[in-house]
Amino acid sequence: MPLDKQFISFYTILRKGVIRIFRIWSQTLLPSLVTSVLYFAVFGSILGARIGSLNGVPYMLFVVPGLVMLSVITNSFMEVASTFFFAKFFSRNIDEVLVSPTPPAVIVAGFVASGVVRGMMVGALVLIVSLFFALPSVAHPFIVLLFLFLSSLVFALGGLVNGIYAKNFDGISIVPTFVLTPLVYLGGVFYSIHSLPPFWQNVSLANPIFYLINGFRYGFLGTSDVSLTTSVLVLLGLMLVLLGVNIYFLKKGLGLKQ
Amino acid sequence: MENALVVTDVKKRYAGGTEALKGVSLTIPKGEFFALLGPNGAGKTTLIGIITGLVTKTEGSVSVFGIDIDKEPERARSLIGLCGQEINFDPWMKPLDIVVNQAGYYGIPRSVAVPRAKRLLVDLGLADKSDQIGFKLSGGMKRRLMIARALIHQPKFLILDEPTAGVDVELRRSMWDYLTTLTKEGITILLTTHYLEEAERLAKHVAIINKGQIVANGSMEDILALHDGTASGYGGGKLEDVFMQLTSTT
Repeated sequence: MPLDKQFISFYTILRKGVIRIFRIWSQTLLPSLVTSVLYFAVFGSILGARIGSLNGVPYMLFVVPGLVMLSVITNSFMEVASTFFFAKFFSRNIDEVLVSPTPPAVIVAGFVASGVVRGMMVGALVLIVSLFFALPSVAHPFIVLLFLFLSSLVFALGGLVNGIYAKNFDGISIVPTFVLTPLVYLGGVFYSIHSLPPFWQNVSLANPIFYLINGFRYGFLGTSDVSLTTSVLVLLGLMLVLLGVNIYFLKKGLGLKQ
Repeated sequence: MENALVVTDVKKRYAGGTEALKGVSLTIPKGEFFALLGPNGAGKTTLIGIITGLVTKTEGSVSVFGIDIDKEPERARSLIGLCGQEINFDPWMKPLDIVVNQAGYYGIPRSVAVPRAKRLLVDLGLADKSDQIGFKLSGGMKRRLMIARALIHQPKFLILDEPTAGVDVELRRSMWDYLTTLTKEGITILLTTHYLEEAERLAKHVAIINKGQIVANGSMEDILALHDGTASGYGGGKLEDVFMQLTSTT
């Protein structure tokens, strides 16, 4: 398929996904905003006032990047996982793309791009909501945007792996509930790694979400628990692995073809 | 004469061990209206799945207009239009969007796809439903929408897997007329159906598949000539009698 036609196919998948995001905005955009308001109110304002500061930063400002990232991760992941799974398992309209000449890499790009759009959109909305509770300074705007994009990309890719491979409805709820949520909460959304005992500090280093939250937080505060380069490399590595897995799954038809 | 489809010794064994196809070979010349008949579970949909890339074959080869589906899958797929057995469009989308999106997957720009989709919806009697949510359409409308979707990229080879299942007589006849015009335009059609009078009326060539094997293959006249002269007594046509002779397990 020539490149210009591949782009049309990519745009078609993306456009369909974005229209869906806006069509069911009360399911795709609103829940994270409501949850964030509660998080900001409880952890930021009520508990944050008692905690004071962390790493020399008021707790409310410390927690804002983590909570934005929490929304970005869950939304980009769920957008792709649920959309793909629904198309594969319920309406079976994934066949529309599979019988077409659209190459696997373009299918991956189209679905993942809509996950990125939702992730970044929700991230921006949560950031706007945070302004009602605190005025976070942005030390490195480019780093903030980079991590917003990379995080959405990595977790949209993760969501696609989940959506392709899930064999039943449990398959797309198990990963977010029992894998993603613990990793996010233990990845430093609410605390600094330095407040943990040495053993748990080392355990945290094995959590990829830890690097992502810290890189994003560096963009706001200018300080981080790990180096920025390490965070970027971990995200890029993860992205390449997940991209490879997705293209392999689609080429082989694993979880899709009989 | 160029062949639209050549299937050579195709076998399919599913993961559970079921042997759905046991070495099927089939040739459909370009421009033919070809009926593939068989009882439920005979292997028709599996064979269509293999041709369209939705099912992986265990052995054998398939080529569409001379293009091997394993060597150049994307090129082969661009020539095929599929109207599957199951209703499988996004139920929350409007017919016009469903058809236009399908064009997009084939690399057709919206500026070309939108007028083409509108024309197809008019041809298939869905013009006044183009802005209605898909799941609200009647069964017959959904079937026609599936045909419009299969035709949007102007395929040379159209596969219709039970397109008239659950469709009333009047609508079925109008669909027959429409399919006949398509063959006149040079589109090769592979049709599977359980309505044997439909196949008898439309198809020039017929293959009957049973338990994963082709048990008869030839022109409609050749197949009807297999009739042994005894009517089944159920009032069906000659093709139905032949079909029962060839596929009956009793």
